[in-house]
Amino acid sequence: MNFWGPAMFVAVLLMIFSGYPVAFALGGTALIFALLASLFGVFDLGLLFALPERTFGTMSNQVLLAVPFFIFMGTVLQKSKLAEELLETIGVLFGRFRGGLAIGVVVVGALMAAATGIVGASVTAMGLISLPVMLRNGYDKKLSLGVIAASGTLGQVIPPSIVLIVLADQMDVSVGDLFRAALVPGLILTAGYGLYAGILAAVRPKVAPALPAEMRASGGRLARRVASSLFPPLALIVVVLGSIFWGVATPTEAGAMGAVGAMALAAATRLRWRKGGSGAGGGFPLTVTGEWKRELSESLESATRLTIMVVFLLIGSTAFALVFRGLDGDIWIEGALTGIPGGALGFLIIVNVAVFLLGFFIDFFEIAFIIVPLIAPAALVLGVDLTVLGIVLAVNLQTSFLTPPFGFSLFYLRGVTPASIPTTTIYRGVIPFILIQLAVLAYLTWRAVPA
Amino acid sequence: MKAVIRRIVRRIVRRLGPVGRFVDKLNDGIGRVIRWLALAMVLVGAGTAVVRFASGQWGFSINLTPPTEIQWYLFSIIFLLGAAYGLRHDVHVRVDVLYERLSARTRAGIDFVGGALFLLPFCAAMLYFSWRPVWSSWKIREVSPDPGGLSRWPIKALILLSFMLLAAQGIRQIVKHGAVLFGTAPEEDEDGADEAGAGAADHGVPMEPVR
Repeated sequence: MNFWGPAMFVAVLLMIFSGYPVAFALGGTALIFALLASLFGVFDLGLLFALPERTFGTMSNQVLLAVPFFIFMGTVLQKSKLAEELLETIGVLFGRFRGGLAIGVVVVGALMAAATGIVGASVTAMGLISLPVMLRNGYDKKLSLGVIAASGTLGQVIPPSIVLIVLADQMDVSVGDLFRAALVPGLILTAGYGLYAGILAAVRPKVAPALPAEMRASGGRLARRVASSLFPPLALIVVVLGSIFWGVATPTEAGAMGAVGAMALAAATRLRWRKGGSGAGGGFPLTVTGEWKRELSESLESATRLTIMVVFLLIGSTAFALVFRGLDGDIWIEGALTGIPGGALGFLIIVNVAVFLLGFFIDFFEIAFIIVPLIAPAALVLGVDLTVLGIVLAVNLQTSFLTPPFGFSLFYLRGVTPASIPTTTIYRGVIPFILIQLAVLAYLTWRAVPA
Repeated sequence: MKAVIRRIVRRIVRRLGPVGRFVDKLNDGIGRVIRWLALAMVLVGAGTAVVRFASGQWGFSINLTPPTEIQWYLFSIIFLLGAAYGLRHDVHVRVDVLYERLSARTRAGIDFVGGALFLLPFCAAMLYFSWRPVWSSWKIREVSPDPGGLSRWPIKALILLSFMLLAAQGIRQIVKHGAVLFGTAPEEDEDGADEAGAGAADHGVPMEPVR
């Protein structure tokens, strides 16, 4: 067994942690190792002629094409203040019950997850809008913070999640299958959060009181509000997911349709606000057409930026994988992973622990592009179904993003939480939700072990 | 020794100034255009999906190869040409757990070394290994194998253009970070007047914040 593979793996991890853009750190390290190893006669530089071919493969990849579509759908909805409207409506709808606001946050988190799939966006929106309302009405700080941080991470798991698309591409499984497999665990987590909040409110009424009567809308007004802000995004999600699940459209087609639908929805929201209708506190002072163009341009810009980031990360990790394979690194990894005592269960436990720890520092895209291609062959050898493994990884990373002190979700929430609330309150607030996550993760891992 | 380095770096920065500003402007221009290509891609994608569904529903047949290929051509143009724009605006994801805790100067050092050690060699390798297949595609005026498909050679040539733009912006970033690293940012540059006010403020700023 040669030492080149392990050496390259360690070197790449170190170089990534330098903070230089990951895409180029990967590509550059790959090149340095290719040159060094070819000097020692253990690598054929001719292998690198596959690079343009791989790049072209990325360009013409129909699955990856879905990524910019869903990103755009998400950025449009995020910029359209849809989340704000949803939160207000659901708050009014649920707030009359004990624990209602917390359950409302869970519901909106799940809806936003399905609509935008952007973790930072949901956590920030809910932290800015729901947190003050909850605190003002006497909600327990820990419960409020925990439910917001946790619900915000649902976007990783609930389809159509962008990370699930790249995961499907890397594992060579169908996007539709992965979406289908993710739906139930996503809903179980949502239900788990909601149940926890509901039970807590029932047992200890003081932590989650009902809103006072004057803050409740009712009758026709409430119905109109629900119709105008809850129904359209829900319809969009159902149409997009439904057309994928029933095989009417490919995920790429559904993404494109979803993006157009999101634009229509954003336009409708704006029109309503201008008329001072049911939106958040009446119309905006700026002219509608100027606003639309700016909003659209901004959504397009953040969608292009994210697309560039994801695709170049893939190009960099392709170069890494090419050289790593040329140095037999893949054989080393596969041997190490299949040789873990305990077979498939041992493998799943080790992978879970490693990915959980990595999730503190690197996000889902890097893990999907760098780590997943390394572990997928071993999973196949051990008889682990890749679709199930994909869901295990998604729920695992979601837990990682929620775990102090490094979880991404906690950073976003800290950024929008009043300074008077200590960070330790956030940490203590997420503990029950981490336990829910771990229970679901353990169940999924157990299910992933082949019979 | 330090003074010599400082003088050399300062000279390079000054010489490259106008070229660098041109590179910045070029890539910013590209960045402004490609976002509207993303809109075009969405509209073409949705239109194609509707037509495909309708053709299945009402049983007419239409060749959807051109619009299907236009979608991934636009996708390719966006990320290939946008990569350098992304470098300029720090779009490419970093693992910043250590990086964000470092001083501005150390960070400039990492970006300086990383640019020279990782980015530029990677661009050079991509150009070296790509030009031959691109050239042979160009020579035979390669076309899509599917009936009604588009010409392949222009989109393949974009791979070369992409890494040329990326290399140019990479050099530009290295010069900017070098100025911070070696303390020759214009604020401290006693010869700054030589630049005749040609946008000197540009040098000291390594990156613009990402929205």
